Amino acid sequence: MSPVTRTAAGLASLTVAAALLAGCTSTAPTAQGAGDGGPITVNATDTACEISTAQAPAGTLTFRITNAGSKVTEFYLYATGDRIMGEVENIGPGLSRDLIVEVPDGGTYTTACKPGMSGDGIRAPFSVTGSAQRATDANAQLAAATAGYKRYVDSQVGALVPKTQEFADAVKAGEVEKAKALFPVARTYWERIEPVAESFGDIDPRIDGREDDERDPGVGFTGYHRLEKDLWVTGLQPDSAAIADRLTADITDLATRTRTVELTPVQLANGAKELLDEVATGKITGEEDRYSHTDLWDFAANVEGSRAAVAALRPTIDANDPALGPVLDQRFEAVETLLQGYRVGDGYRLYTQLTPEDTRAMTAAVDALSEPVSKVAGTVTA
Amino acid sequence: MSPWHLSRRRLFGLAGAGAALAGAGAAAGYGLSGAPAADGVVAFRGEHQAGIVTPAQDRLHFVALDLTSTDRAAVADLLRRWTAAAERMTTGRETAEGGAIPANRYAAPADTGEALGLPAASLTLTFGVGPGFFDKLGIVDRRPPQLAGLPRFQGDRLDPARSGGDLCIQACADDPQVAVHAVRNLVRDGFGVTEVRWSQLGFGRTSSTSTGQATPRNLFGFKDGTNNLKAEEPDLLAQHVWVGDEGPDWLRGGSYLVARRIRMHIETWDRSGLDEQEQIIGRDKGEGAPLTGTAEFDLADLTATGPSGPVIPDDSHIRLASAEANGGARMLRRGYNFVDGTDGRGHLDAGLFFVAFVRDPLTQYVPMQRRLARSDGLSEYLEHNGSAVFAVPPGLAESDDHWGRTLLA
Repeated sequence: MSPVTRTAAGLASLTVAAALLAGCTSTAPTAQGAGDGGPITVNATDTACEISTAQAPAGTLTFRITNAGSKVTEFYLYATGDRIMGEVENIGPGLSRDLIVEVPDGGTYTTACKPGMSGDGIRAPFSVTGSAQRATDANAQLAAATAGYKRYVDSQVGALVPKTQEFADAVKAGEVEKAKALFPVARTYWERIEPVAESFGDIDPRIDGREDDERDPGVGFTGYHRLEKDLWVTGLQPDSAAIADRLTADITDLATRTRTVELTPVQLANGAKELLDEVATGKITGEEDRYSHTDLWDFAANVEGSRAAVAALRPTIDANDPALGPVLDQRFEAVETLLQGYRVGDGYRLYTQLTPEDTRAMTAAVDALSEPVSKVAGTVTA
Repeated sequence: MSPWHLSRRRLFGLAGAGAALAGAGAAAGYGLSGAPAADGVVAFRGEHQAGIVTPAQDRLHFVALDLTSTDRAAVADLLRRWTAAAERMTTGRETAEGGAIPANRYAAPADTGEALGLPAASLTLTFGVGPGFFDKLGIVDRRPPQLAGLPRFQGDRLDPARSGGDLCIQACADDPQVAVHAVRNLVRDGFGVTEVRWSQLGFGRTSSTSTGQATPRNLFGFKDGTNNLKAEEPDLLAQHVWVGDEGPDWLRGGSYLVARRIRMHIETWDRSGLDEQEQIIGRDKGEGAPLTGTAEFDLADLTATGPSGPVIPDDSHIRLASAEANGGARMLRRGYNFVDGTDGRGHLDAGLFFVAFVRDPLTQYVPMQRRLARSDGLSEYLEHNGSAVFAVPPGLAESDDHWGRTLLA
């Protein structure tokens, strides 16, 4: 999403509220788990997601996820419409991580482990009983939305930095096959939050520029796609290591800056739409990953990022237009189901392995989804 | 006398007859099906859908769509929304009140806005259903046998990406921007239920559907549609265009639309001599008169012979396409010229987007096209690369009647 220069006064005040709320979150008291005061344990393997309880009282919950499998995994807690209540990314084999999440309302939620960091994951219902006190006025709802999405961005950036470092390290070590395998994975975290990342106009071209982009004099072709070309087409170059260092420095710079970014509900809604526009113009055409043809990884990540932004706004959407949410659910699911059909292992089929019928079906599904997503901005500001 | 004088005289001469017919039509429950009023608004509702015998507008945007949903209620809901938007647009209004410039500036405008400030421009929107519509919605029992796909004709080089479709919308208008706006907005509203299969822009109507219109010329430079069925011939329309008791309830008073994208190899045509061109067509190029006559509307004498055989050659286009050669079968043609840029090999991708309305495609269009495909001298200069057939339901009653209502009831 591009920086909004004409922000309505009401939205500006929401931004402040969002920032305050986000601040509150970071000073939240020590979290309590289910009943006994300890964390809810999650034993994640490559094929299972065992949770010590399927029920907890409303409030602040702590999930302790241990990855006993061989694949890097993720853990999510979703509300209706796949609204992300909280998630932990990039849990390597043998590692244990905590997810602390506020769940003020009772109801049915969904837990998911995602071995291989892909797809819908291994899901199970999770019941929350009772309710904690919460503000219900519309402004607070929108403030919660932006704060929730901000947490999502922070978590993605939290995985983007180390994954990109791993990728850069592999390039510098001359480990071409390892770097090729890490390339689409590192980019997944970038692609999920691309509109936020793109709002920093100076670093986006350095990180995600294409070879044929217009540049200012003296500015070279750097970033993911330059390394992509080195890995897949020309072979590693004398300056590949320097380019890799530059990429990690730029990503670190991005991470610092996203911590201070302030988002409005309209930016969330437009960001969700822009991610789908990215899919329609860059991924369905195979334009973006023209050397590696790993466009479907980016496609999936854009859709996931879009869904996260829309989901953050879901309570307001449901309040203002009850018919829209179910349509969004159905259309997101249609796109994700279509993508599932192109899975190969933990990844996806290459763009060059798609037929014109495949890309046509994707275009139709993305168009079908983009139309209701384009209604979100109007709905949440109604 | 120039063709223009002729047509003007016919126009004035028939004005009184037209009014009388309109009166008779109104008594029978329809206006002169959609003759434009002074403000360029064609009535959207009536016994038959507008855009069939409506005097052919100058511009076309035709779109064929596929259903991406098998949910009958979702399709019915879309057709209801389409009807409301279509009816508004045919009066020159936005798809929804305040649609182009919404009060909420963060909302995506409901109307795309490129027709703001433009008049209604005689816009008609005509809706039809293709064979696949019935399969996908599980209502195969309602599909009439006449809605089978067309057989393959000799020389057809059909492109699947320009053929078929579960639904179609024909938008005709005097202004291309108005027609494009209408299709664009309906397509947009259909995302999630329909997807565009193919579409075609047309300009320069290639036939007259009213005696008030001069006969236009196709891209071969010849008058086209001299003997077309016309709005002022209700008995012939009932005989050849409108589906009667033989059709299912939901289609009575409707018609079938046959669409063919006919690429014309105009570069080779342009290098052929005038005499050859006239022999191939069977008419002269200047007046449009049959080779046995001197004025455009002279009846062609297919029996006349000259020193070297029939005056109107056996393989001439007008002979093979004539009602006489086709067991009396006629049709209402409503085609448009197209030029879709170049073919990438230095030739114009140009031709005729043939649209005809018939009561039964299997007995009217198919035998004629079979005859033309096998024998027409013109075929050397043509290539059929798109093909589709749709059933076009009858017109809508007043109030809340909407497209597909009886079909999906």
